Amino acid sequence: MLNTEFIINAVYVLSAALFILGLKLLSHPLTARRGNMLSALGMLVAICVTLIDQNILAYEWILAAILAGSAVGAFIAKKVQLTEMPELVSLLNGVGGLASLLVALAMVETDAAISSHLLIIVLLAIAIGGITFSGSVIAWAKLSGKVAKLVSSGSTVFTGQAIVNGFIVIAIVTFGTLFVLSPTVAISGLYLYAFVGLCVVLGVMLVIPIGGADMPVVISLLNSYSGLAACAAGLAIDNNLLIVAGALVGASGIILTSVMCKAMNRSLTNVLFSGFQAVKTMEMKIEGEVKPLPAEDAYYVLEAAQSVVVIPGYGMAVAQAQHAMKELQVLLEENGAEVVYGIHPVAGRMPGHMNVLLAEADVSYELLLEMDDVNARMETFDVAIVIGANDVVNPAAREMEGSPIYGMPVINADLAKNVFILKRGMASGFAGVENPLFFKDNARMIFGDAKDTINTIIRQFSI
Amino acid sequence: MSFIYLSMILMLAIFLGFELIRKVPATLHTPLMSGANAVSGITLIGAIAYSGNENLLLAQILGTVSVFLATINVVGGYMVTDRMLAMFKSK
Repeated sequence: MLNTEFIINAVYVLSAALFILGLKLLSHPLTARRGNMLSALGMLVAICVTLIDQNILAYEWILAAILAGSAVGAFIAKKVQLTEMPELVSLLNGVGGLASLLVALAMVETDAAISSHLLIIVLLAIAIGGITFSGSVIAWAKLSGKVAKLVSSGSTVFTGQAIVNGFIVIAIVTFGTLFVLSPTVAISGLYLYAFVGLCVVLGVMLVIPIGGADMPVVISLLNSYSGLAACAAGLAIDNNLLIVAGALVGASGIILTSVMCKAMNRSLTNVLFSGFQAVKTMEMKIEGEVKPLPAEDAYYVLEAAQSVVVIPGYGMAVAQAQHAMKELQVLLEENGAEVVYGIHPVAGRMPGHMNVLLAEADVSYELLLEMDDVNARMETFDVAIVIGANDVVNPAAREMEGSPIYGMPVINADLAKNVFILKRGMASGFAGVENPLFFKDNARMIFGDAKDTINTIIRQFSI
Repeated sequence: MSFIYLSMILMLAIFLGFELIRKVPATLHTPLMSGANAVSGITLIGAIAYSGNENLLLAQILGTVSVFLATINVVGGYMVTDRMLAMFKSK
């Protein structure tokens, strides 16, 4: 008879291949869904084959936990609004981190006589898991605003923060060392749980100074950590598949983090440690005046337009204007105009957020262009419609050296022939920076709720 | 030796991950992240052995909670990713 360990490991090889193939198919929207199914299949066979492990004495607890977890997971996946995807991903990051932390703890509790170098890896898994867990909970709180009294959505910075964090790190290392040196003495449990507690505290401390505009970076980074936690747990319990899957997730998060940082022209260390810089007083004066335009008049310009680019931001999601925009898109296309969408990498609150919302509104993915593609032909657009975006279309990034966002790559909406900005009022964006775009000669502000504005224009088309 | 062998796997997996994920278009970055959530639920297969061991109550409780949490990631992650990917349509 084949031994079970051999069978399990052989199936793990198959699972790893399916995960890798799944990721490969994610390189195109047409094949992506199949890729996700393959990856899920890989997970399913891995779970099933693990159940034949001979160390398992009883199945009641395992099955109960799997059933309960599946019910919760399925419920969340069905109920979540796509506007809330950043919150969901944050929560799942945290849940994944906590799961890895608990596995590592279970290992320590099971086997008292582990070698010290293995203990170091176990502690590493606990540390990454703990930081991911509490950091993700804070990120979730900031995004959802549900506990705004406890966790501010902006950056929380206090003097001596670096020193406090330094002490926490020193304490973590100390308790970790004490535990590794004497894992079997009576007091060692205390060391271990102090270590766990401090790692959780550190996660909180690392995320509170990071403000609203930087959330896409933080979510991506925590996504990566949740993979690395699984990876470290895999090293600890000697499991190949955990290592491979964890490393794939870790790599994915790191790449997204770097994409987000580039899109904001900031280094990762700057995002993580400085808080968002206070807005400097601008040396340059903004010339010109704001020119409001009634939605009814916007119709005449759009009616004559041959090509239109729509630039969405998180405000579009808040106003739930994507469905109305799709309706307007169809009318414009029937009228003979070309309509495309220009999407900045940090539009919305997580990578690719706008794309998902527009896909939900039935906009074909071929029309969702990246920043560089629309910028290359911005001068040819008759109208640029900016919906609920602000910092990502701010020409100060190109023109004003004193501006805090100077140097950030932006969508050059101001270079289109006409710019319509759909906005509630004159408030500035996440970054708290004035936007000279609103004062340009070719720019018109259409004040009001974006959805109402678009619906007004739609009604004009049907008259 | 086993640790060196595992490190080798880790290193290769990281490089492979970078190469694969670089090719994922920006338009699919949100499903990529929720899919990554699902894959990181792989911790589940590590937790199962502890959850099934009746000899040590504390480890069994820790393992069972871990199985529960990781399953949320696996099921929730794959389902929500599928829900999103189904919306990406061509003209």
